[in-house]
Amino acid sequence: MDKQELTCISCPIGCHLEVTNTEQGYVIRGNQCKRGETYAISELTSPTRVLTSTIGVKGGFLNRLPVRTNSPIPKDKLFAVMEIINTVIVNAPIKAGDIILKNLLGTGVDLIASRSISE
Amino acid sequence: MLKYDVVVIGGGPAGLAAAIEAKNDGVDNILVIERDKELGGILQQCIHNGFGLHVFKEELTGPEYAERFIEELKSMNIEYKINTMVLSLTEDKTVHAINPKDGYMTIQARAVILAMGCRERTAGAINIPGTRPSGVFTAGTAQRYINMDGYMVGKRVVILGSGDIGLIMARRLTLEGAKVLAVVELMPFSGGLTRNIVQCLDDYNIPLYLNHTVINVKGNHRLEGVTIAKVDDKKRPIPGTEIDYDCDTLLLSIGLIPENELTAGAGAEIDLRTSGPVVNESMETTVEGVFACGNVVHVHDLVDFVTEESKRAGRSVAKYIKNQLSNNRTGFETKGLEGVSYIVPQKVNIDNVDKNLELFLRVSKVYNHVKLVIKADQETVKEIKKRHLAPGEMEHIILAKALLEDKNFKNLTVEVKEED
Ligand SMILES: Cc1cc2nc3c(=O)[nH]c(=O)nc-3n(C[C@H](O)[C@H](O)[C@H](O)COP(=O)(O)OP(=O)(O)OC[C@H]3O[C@@H](n4cnc5c(N)ncnc54)[C@H](O)[C@@H]3O)c2cc1C
Ligand code: SF4
Repeated sequence: MDKQELTCISCPIGCHLEVTNTEQGYVIRGNQCKRGETYAISELTSPTRVLTSTIGVKGGFLNRLPVRTNSPIPKDKLFAVMEIINTVIVNAPIKAGDIILKNLLGTGVDLIASRSISE
Repeated sequence: MLKYDVVVIGGGPAGLAAAIEAKNDGVDNILVIERDKELGGILQQCIHNGFGLHVFKEELTGPEYAERFIEELKSMNIEYKINTMVLSLTEDKTVHAINPKDGYMTIQARAVILAMGCRERTAGAINIPGTRPSGVFTAGTAQRYINMDGYMVGKRVVILGSGDIGLIMARRLTLEGAKVLAVVELMPFSGGLTRNIVQCLDDYNIPLYLNHTVINVKGNHRLEGVTIAKVDDKKRPIPGTEIDYDCDTLLLSIGLIPENELTAGAGAEIDLRTSGPVVNESMETTVEGVFACGNVVHVHDLVDFVTEESKRAGRSVAKYIKNQLSNNRTGFETKGLEGVSYIVPQKVNIDNVDKNLELFLRVSKVYNHVKLVIKADQETVKEIKKRHLAPGEMEHIILAKALLEDKNFKNLTVEVKEED
């Protein structure tokens, strides 16, 4: 049996997880909620992260629009997605949740606006 | 003179939640005053995710979290003034404020909620030897430049202090193409959340140097480099441990201090441990009718706790306006003993507690496998086992009112003890 320690990053509480790899699969201890389990398994098999950044916006009350991926994307694609994001400029008005880019690098994940910006 | 039942100073998450809750509880005549050009407070520049999991059960960015409260406030027709700076507050709850449109205003309130948040410690607050070139920023200022103004601060960066803002900025700068060379922390532990060490430093192989500090800053106009060194247990640099970095930017993430000039001006007692006002279970300061919530009271790392605390302040203000708040001032006080650096609230009148008394506290160092022991004078009322406690992670304790009622005691104490 092999044991590993992880910090759950699914929420700011940051539970300290103890993961044991048994014949019946991973056994996780120390999580305060279900998400801790999901996190541990994904972290040990194929780690993903939500990406947040900003893009340019024209004709708005501000000139940067905060954006995020609507689900986590594979960790090794973060920089490639940043390159794509950095070429995008949108026009105001924007509503929080508006889709900015669809299906980033074939991941099935979209880039969405994370605030509204009026004209 | 303008007249309101409740004036809320500060339109961040604390002020918004308190105003919404007070209105829900029947106070009609509320004014929120914000000095920035929009509501939302510090959240508007915190574009990373990790907000609201406990309040909304989903993970939002700072602006998304703020927008939900701003929309709610607007839909409830709560009055607010932006671009408006509160200059002073007096003990009789007169608010002096100014803005470009209305000019100078005096506003008489029946109750006031202080929700001014906190500000960052700057280079002046610590002693960094060397020159003062450009390229030295507080982490929050850099965050605002990059996320709101779209202006990149530098290419090769060293970060002093491992508070959350510094950690978040290490990742942000890396994603934007800068090279973050090191995060340097004077203490033997990080002041930030463990999750941020994992997802902001470990993910990008950024080294964290604990027990280290910046001992020299070089450069005339623009920063050219810094030297760091290890420190001994008296925090003195150890010769021979120096590391030189060529860098154009130094970010300071050396802590936040509650913004309490207005609070002190109104005559409210300040707690030297929290740097915020002394408050009771209702989030009322030592000045009757002046309440406080959020980062102005003590620095929170989770906005969800800010919201919770601020809702409590909003409900209490509504009771105060309706004369339903017991102002019996003989209650008990809370005291942090071994290992506990502060507790909020500092004073409690149990008559005003609904079902549970909520305590927020911080410990003074990292502990593993310990328990928090809570006592009413000598009698233990509760013990809570903890696998891990750290100064960077605020603890939230809920005590049933029944545990404390009908007891005659002066001090409710909390201490950290080894597990037996
Ligand atoms: C960089 C950073 C990152 C964070 N990351 C996270 C995270 O990942 N997850 C999480 O849950 N929490 C996070 N937090 C914590 C959370 O954002 C704060 O605890 C919360 O914003 C505090 O709310 P507040 O309303 O007390 O203060 P603020 O948001 O600071 O609001 C105070 C408001 O009062 C206004 N004001 C001050 N003085 C005056 C005056 N005299 N007149 C008029 N207006 C005034 C200010 O302009 C400001 O808008 C983070 C905080 C920071 C700083
Ligand atoms: S296990 Fe649940 S409560 Fe603990 S950090 Fe993960 S998401 Fe948060």
